[in-house]
This record gives sequence, C-alpha cells and structure tokens, in this order.
Amino acid sequence: MARFRKGQKKEVPGINTGSMSDIIFMFLFFFMVITTIREATLFVKINAPSATEVQKLERKNLVSYIYIGTPIKTNLYGSESRIQLNDQFATVDDIAEFIEQERAARSEYDRQFLTTSFKIDKEVKMGIVTDVKQELRKVGAYKINYSTKRGSVLN
Amino acid sequence: MARKTPELQTSSMADISFLLLTFFLLTSSIDTDLGLSRKLPPLPDESVPPPPIKQRNVFVVLVNAYDMLLVEGKPGNINTLREDAKEFFLNPNNDPNLSEKRPIENIDYIGPYERSKGVISLQNDRGTSYEMYIAVQNELTAAVNEMRDELSMDKFGKKFDDLTNEEHRKAIQKAIPVAISEAEPKDIGGD
Repeated sequence: MARFRKGQKKEVPGINTGSMSDIIFMFLFFFMVITTIREATLFVKINAPSATEVQKLERKNLVSYIYIGTPIKTNLYGSESRIQLNDQFATVDDIAEFIEQERAARSEYDRQFLTTSFKIDKEVKMGIVTDVKQELRKVGAYKINYSTKRGSVLN
Repeated sequence: MARKTPELQTSSMADISFLLLTFFLLTSSIDTDLGLSRKLPPLPDESVPPPPIKQRNVFVVLVNAYDMLLVEGKPGNINTLREDAKEFFLNPNNDPNLSEKRPIENIDYIGPYERSKGVISLQNDRGTSYEMYIAVQNELTAAVNEMRDELSMDKFGKKFDDLTNEEHRKAIQKAIPVAISEAEPKDIGGD
C-alpha cells in the first residue's frame, strides 16, 4: 500500500467549470420552453374570478385573447369597463375584424381549433360580456374559455 | 508542424448564460391559462322553431342585476345550487316536478342506463356581475362533473378525470352530457 503513496503530493484538484455553462443552458432552455412571453401590455385592470372546475387551456398559439376591465389610467380613459384587443382599446364592433385577423394568421387546418379566451375582471357587468359573446356567435367563433383562477367561489 | 490553436476561454460562458436565464425569468410568466371552457350555440335560425321541451325538463336559473338567484321559480342560494342541479338530473325518486328520464338504453361499457332529458337554462341580466356569473357556471359544471365522477366510480372504479380509456370517457360523456343552455340575452333590468 505504502508504495502507491510514495512521491505523490497531496493536492486538491481544481473544480472543472467547463460543464457549468451546459447546465445553465439546460436551465435556460427549460425556462424558455415552459414560459410564455406576455402577449400584450394590459391597459385594463384584470382581477379574474376564481372557480374550482377549471381546465387547462391547451395549445396557446391557437388562442386569441379578449380583455375586458376598467382602464388602469382612469383619469385618462374613465372608469367605464373597456374592451382591449391586442395593444389597444376597442369597441364591440371591432371584434368581428379581430377574429378575422386571428383566423388569417393561422393555417387553414388550425382555424377550427381557434379558441377565444376571455380575460375579464370580476367587477365587470355581464352586459358588455353578452355583447361580445353575441358578436362572436355572429362570426362563428364558438369555442370560448372564461379565464379564471383556481380557488373557491363561495365566499 | 501545425500550430496549436489556443484553447477557448469558456469560464465566462456560464456568466453569459446566467444573464440570459435571468432575462427570461424576469420577462416571462409561468401562468398556465386556466378557465372554464364553453361552446357558444350558433345564432338561432328564425325560420326553424325551437324544439319543444317540456317545462319539467328545464332547470331554470335566473341571475338578476343584484346577483340574486332564482332557481326553478324560487329564490335560490349559490351554496345549494350544485345539489339542486344534481337532484334535478338524477331524480332518484321520480318526482314529477324534476326531469324526465329517457327510455332505458344500452350504452357501450356502461350497460342499461336511464339518461335524463333535463336541460339547464341559464339566464342573466346585463347588470349581473361577471364574478357571480362565473360562480353559477362553476357550480353547474361541478354538478355535471360530480355526476360523471359518481357514475365513473360505480362502473370503472375511477374518477372521470382519471379514466385513461378513451372509449370509457366517451361512454360517460354520452350518459351525462353537459346540457347548459344559455338563453338568448334579454334586457330585463337596467345596467
């Protein structure tokens, strides 16, 4: 045994950091894949209601979002509930055109799976929501999703 | 003799990737979109009269502008709505005021089953708050889901969501469909 130890210096070898970057890159790709970059800057305040029977919204690239809530800058835009499509305020009449654009951006095959997600503040009155739903029915965008948080509804 | 190429300095690579990592961490949100999925009905055709449905087969839920419920003509409560809806569909005692059953039919994998003829009709006011609307929708969905779970437990020993066999899922869906109809909007009260 002693033969092996002879002539050897006791020295701790340096840690090899070469593979560190690979590990970090793996992290990076992981986060890039599981996350989505925010699709629009919100101009309206949205505090979604809670529900217990929630389902996950699959295939995010086939989802178009309609935001409804009170404007964040109430001194500029008032406190009436407003609709936001993409990056601007809109009215109910703009919905049809918006859906048309969303359809045009998808391939022929994908259009049938296009879902409209409602991101609506819980304080909003149903009147404006009903108007939007009627507009969607007119253009034949029947698949919708009411965006909610997971939680108990009973308070 | 070929000259030796100097080795690449890779120690700063980790720093660069760390920078990228923090950038993506900050700019992105991991929020998975959750929500209640629904299918809107097509616009009604004026020329085709709506199919006749017996009064007893419709579970009428009205929500007014003050977020108050009227269930089957009586003031309702959001806490009991789920049980009320389930009782309406299952109708264990064959109450003549609750939903009728279809004649017994054979559904694959389930066997003879009496399907309910019941339909939920949900009507809200323009002044109803979105929160209340979602709460009602949620309770009605929960009623359907609970009935599906019970049937699934009974027949396959698993909850509906845990069923892996597509045929089994289809059978349950056939036995208990989601029958929530939203009435054509009416302007009853003011905003």
